[in-house]
Amino acid sequence: MSAPAVPSKRARVPAGGARVNVLYDAPGPRARRRNAVFTVLVILAAPAVLFLMAVKLNEKKQLDPALWTPFLRGDVWVNLILPGLLNTLSAAAVAALIAVPFGFVFGIGRLSGHAWIRLPAGAVVEFFRAIPLLVMIFAVMFGGNAILGLTVTPFTAVVIGLVLYNGSVLAEIVRAGIQSIPRGQSEAALAVGLRGGQVMRMILLPQAVTAMMPAIVAQLVVLLKDTALGFIVSFEDLLNAGARVLPSNFNNLIPSVIVIAIVYIVINLIVSAIAIWLEKRSRRNRRSTARPVEPPGAIVAPGSATGAPAAGVSLTD
Amino acid sequence: MRVHRVGAVVITVVTMAAGLTACGSGGGDTFVVGVKFDQPGLGQKQPDGSFKGFDVDVAKYIAKELGYKDDKIEFKEAISANRESFIQQGQVNIVVATYSINDERKKKIAFAGPYLVTGQDILTRADDTSINGVDDLKTKKVCGAQGSSSPKRLADKFGEAWKSQYLTEQQGYGACLPLLENKQVDAISTDATILAGFAAQSPGKFRLVGKPFSEEKYGVGVKLEDKDTREKINKALEKMFGDGSWKKAVDANFGEFGRFFTTPPTIERY
Amino acid sequence: MQALLDELPVILQAFWLTIRLTLASAVLALVFGTILAAMRVSPLPVLRGIGTVYVNTLRNTPLTLVIVFCGLGLGLVLDVSFSTSLSTNYLWLSIIGLSAYTAAFVCEALRAGINTVPVGQAEAARAIGLTFFQNLRLIVLPQALRTVIAPLGSILIALTKNTTIAAAIGVGEASLTMKTLFESHGDAVVPIFLGFAFGFLILTLPTGLLFTWLSRRLAVIR
Repeated sequence: MSAPAVPSKRARVPAGGARVNVLYDAPGPRARRRNAVFTVLVILAAPAVLFLMAVKLNEKKQLDPALWTPFLRGDVWVNLILPGLLNTLSAAAVAALIAVPFGFVFGIGRLSGHAWIRLPAGAVVEFFRAIPLLVMIFAVMFGGNAILGLTVTPFTAVVIGLVLYNGSVLAEIVRAGIQSIPRGQSEAALAVGLRGGQVMRMILLPQAVTAMMPAIVAQLVVLLKDTALGFIVSFEDLLNAGARVLPSNFNNLIPSVIVIAIVYIVINLIVSAIAIWLEKRSRRNRRSTARPVEPPGAIVAPGSATGAPAAGVSLTD
Repeated sequence: MRVHRVGAVVITVVTMAAGLTACGSGGGDTFVVGVKFDQPGLGQKQPDGSFKGFDVDVAKYIAKELGYKDDKIEFKEAISANRESFIQQGQVNIVVATYSINDERKKKIAFAGPYLVTGQDILTRADDTSINGVDDLKTKKVCGAQGSSSPKRLADKFGEAWKSQYLTEQQGYGACLPLLENKQVDAISTDATILAGFAAQSPGKFRLVGKPFSEEKYGVGVKLEDKDTREKINKALEKMFGDGSWKKAVDANFGEFGRFFTTPPTIERY
Repeated sequence: MQALLDELPVILQAFWLTIRLTLASAVLALVFGTILAAMRVSPLPVLRGIGTVYVNTLRNTPLTLVIVFCGLGLGLVLDVSFSTSLSTNYLWLSIIGLSAYTAAFVCEALRAGINTVPVGQAEAARAIGLTFFQNLRLIVLPQALRTVIAPLGSILIALTKNTTIAAAIGVGEASLTMKTLFESHGDAVVPIFLGFAFGFLILTLPTGLLFTWLSRRLAVIR
């Protein structure tokens, strides 16, 4: 999730070049000396900690080159790791492609003028946001078999779970996006004779989409991370490659979990970077009257109505 | 314009769904086999993309007897949860994946074989001589795999208090191995074949106790109504038992632990 | 339905474990998250750097991976053993994983809260001679905390749901217990699922209401 968009308070740069924070004065000679000493201490301590960890790892024979060299081999990546990555990305892609329309349908449904649409849509969204995703995935796997007699593959279970949960969170983003458009817009549209559906389609949605784009992409990062839950139901994803397939070949669980973690972090940083770029772009484009929707869980200015916690607003997992 | 974008998304979803279904059909003139990908000694995907293990050797022998050349065999990953659906939906021709024959499964699919009889056994560190049978586990820390019947059998035997004090259930037996090696647990308990496969991978580190306390018969899964193929596989297995290939496969995949699997089982025709 | 009643003691025990996991992780995450936030606004670039790297790393790693690493790696590498009982040991390892992960989000919430404190407040504190830590402890953090009560509530709710991922290293909390019950009561999947869903609603809805009330009551009026 992108960092909350609060302007930096460390903007003023004095002649000396040191940055000034509201929490402390520009350091004088004594403070500068003290800071320098601290900095040196920390810089010295960091390698010491790393060294201690290395010693420990070495004691447990985890630094044995035989455990790490597999990651330098092309065939290990091509045949063992990348298929897992491909599964992770395809589960995320399929889930995202279904969850986004799901979010729009239920988000708009919650704003419907008809109670028979509004209330069920609200119930669905609130229910699936309050249930932990893992519980949902288990339920899909076992329920599919028990109720419908189908054998649900881990891929299907993960995708359905991700769609229901993230789709519901996206529905809230969509709702917030539409509500962030000034009332005058829809009132004016109604006044010139547009019907409810037309107002939504022609006036509200085009502006809202711009406003909620960053929040949607931020939620897609969460979705991508959540695919790792598939590991618990033996979906052959990237984590499965790192924690099951590779160790079964090289008995190197710890090294491969570390390498897989780096792969996840790089992918998520890339998607997060896209989110930040989109956010900047949507700020530049002044076509919309709506404020950008904050990603779920982001910190909003005090006094804002959307600051209340809701069951299921997840910035984690 | 927005409407067009939504339309594009819908089309993409439909195309992807269609693509996924299309991928699901095995067939043509290849012989598709479901095996485990992460089980050393039984079915394991190698870094070079090939497959190795006892199940794989059995599958190759069967394929050869059914008239398929080695390059016509395609291996698919069969994990415990999807074996039945793979066979029922025709995504594979056969499943050879540590597949225990039992009555529940016989209702959905048919088994040829068994081609290997094993039982729940115990793996300890090579230098730990204090564990020599299932009763010694009463005061030992044991690791098992979630969803496997092996830890459940021990928990039923020793009770709830033992379970909370001495049992941990991890994601697969591979995850148990480093715990055993570094003395976080004292034993791993499951099918002797699985334990032998892991132990053979790190020679000298582990000891297989060799006193099985249950019986598991591994069979070859085929479609319920496909009596013809089932009988052909049974014939192939009997030939494999007779011409020494079976013994060779045991020794090649279980190493020194091959001594626990000396005689081939008798085919059960039902 | 009968299965649900029969297994009620097991279910309640599982949820009790979920609650303990949540509370222990929440306390640790709050403490650790506050330290991280202090690091990220401190005068020392080195500390700021370490805090930033930590937060970005943890926020971009799947929690499942963090917990698997804590369960299988941490115990092994650091020789940590919290108890002679295996289940207690893995319980603590999962608490470490959950709180290490959640702390990154607590830190970001607090940091955003610190940014909402008007510059004048901190400047006045500096003018009367308070040091960085006095400034943080007496002036800035108390106000920052009160503005971020609502986000902290959301984090707590997310944490409650995230405790299910401790199942990855075999901690028998609610989700793993539900799965076990699915396996033993194949004919009662729907009532069991609804029972557990209801359990999570009971845990998360009051938390949400409580924090909404707290955030209104403690809001800083400006």
